[in-house]
Amino acid sequence: MIPSLAARHSWFEATARKRVAGLLDPGSFVEILPPAESSPSPHLAKLDLPGAFDDGIVIGYGQLEKKPIFVAAQEGQFIGGAVGEIHGAKLVGLLKRAAREKPAAVLLLIDSGGVRLHEANAGLIAISEIMRAVLATRAAGVPVLALIGGSCGAFGGMGIVAKLCSAIIISEEGRLALSGPEVIETVAGVEEFDSKDRALVWRVTGGKHRYLMGDCAALVEDDIPAFRAGAAEFLAAWSEPVPSVGQLRASQQTLENRLAAYATFRDGLQVWAALGVAQPESVPMLDRDSLVALKEGLPT
Amino acid sequence: METLNFQFASAPASAAADPALCGVVGSGNLEILLNAGDLPNQCVVEIKTSARGFAETWQAVIGAFAAAHPAGGTRIAINDMGATPAVVSLRLAQALAEYQGGAQ
Repeated sequence: MIPSLAARHSWFEATARKRVAGLLDPGSFVEILPPAESSPSPHLAKLDLPGAFDDGIVIGYGQLEKKPIFVAAQEGQFIGGAVGEIHGAKLVGLLKRAAREKPAAVLLLIDSGGVRLHEANAGLIAISEIMRAVLATRAAGVPVLALIGGSCGAFGGMGIVAKLCSAIIISEEGRLALSGPEVIETVAGVEEFDSKDRALVWRVTGGKHRYLMGDCAALVEDDIPAFRAGAAEFLAAWSEPVPSVGQLRASQQTLENRLAAYATFRDGLQVWAALGVAQPESVPMLDRDSLVALKEGLPT
Repeated sequence: METLNFQFASAPASAAADPALCGVVGSGNLEILLNAGDLPNQCVVEIKTSARGFAETWQAVIGAFAAAHPAGGTRIAINDMGATPAVVSLRLAQALAEYQGGAQ
């Protein structure tokens, strides 16, 4: 059954503020540095570009099924959710506070192409500070959960940040990678990657592919309540592991094996076949539940 | 970018405790932050817009808003990324409704 338009709450189409409001327990969200108290980017002003009062990110705290939660949500509609100096400082400050106050989790609603190129070094430094803060927060025992399902996906520096999180929850519409499709095409040519081929882009970076590859802990519908349920379910069963060299070596080995197995492939279809999917060409049309069932039936 | 400042006489809005924000600085859109102002019968507006040369259009749209709605005693800050006049009018009405407690 297709739910009526009025009853649907698409994560993809919602603004950052709507996502936060629908994700946490109703009325529980308290914003830190709300728009009236925050300041727009001074770098954009120098370039004669209008800024946003919240610099494209909403941060604060609230509750998820009555557990205390910190949350940060990027606004993909504002310069592609790109990370500038103030944007980054807000996120880093939230993560540092989480490491100190130890909420049940930090939810990171990523919707970003990565660093805000207008802000050059300030944006790059912001990204590296976010990476360090994510790891420090996790080392303090607080899980950091990335939720990806916005129009900008998680690319560039924010793609790396996503993979530094405890886990990722993604929708089919979500995308996750390092270099974005246009960047690859610009640098390596259309023969390497055709960024206009939307189906190919999703077969290589999209939520279904990332879930089948094991890059994401859960695949959810493009629906705000589905992200809420997915986050709550994941956190109920998760305890943040103590970082260890052994665990790091095991991850490194897994990645090396993956590179050896798939590095020559050109398309998600080839990867899915290698993973043991009998009819890879059917994957793009499968609904969420069928895909999850398919993944659970794959050889490990 | 162009910065524009306007002030229009307007019937007093009912006072609100919290500022209201609506919209997003995305292509063809704008964000409006509506705060309490100092002058009870004036609507004070500052606009930062990526589209230069539309001062007269802004003046007409905001003038019509201030005449049609009780927007006195407010200070309105706008970050614009090329919103059309119709979008601006709708967002202004939305911001005022949220400011006065008529949340979405």
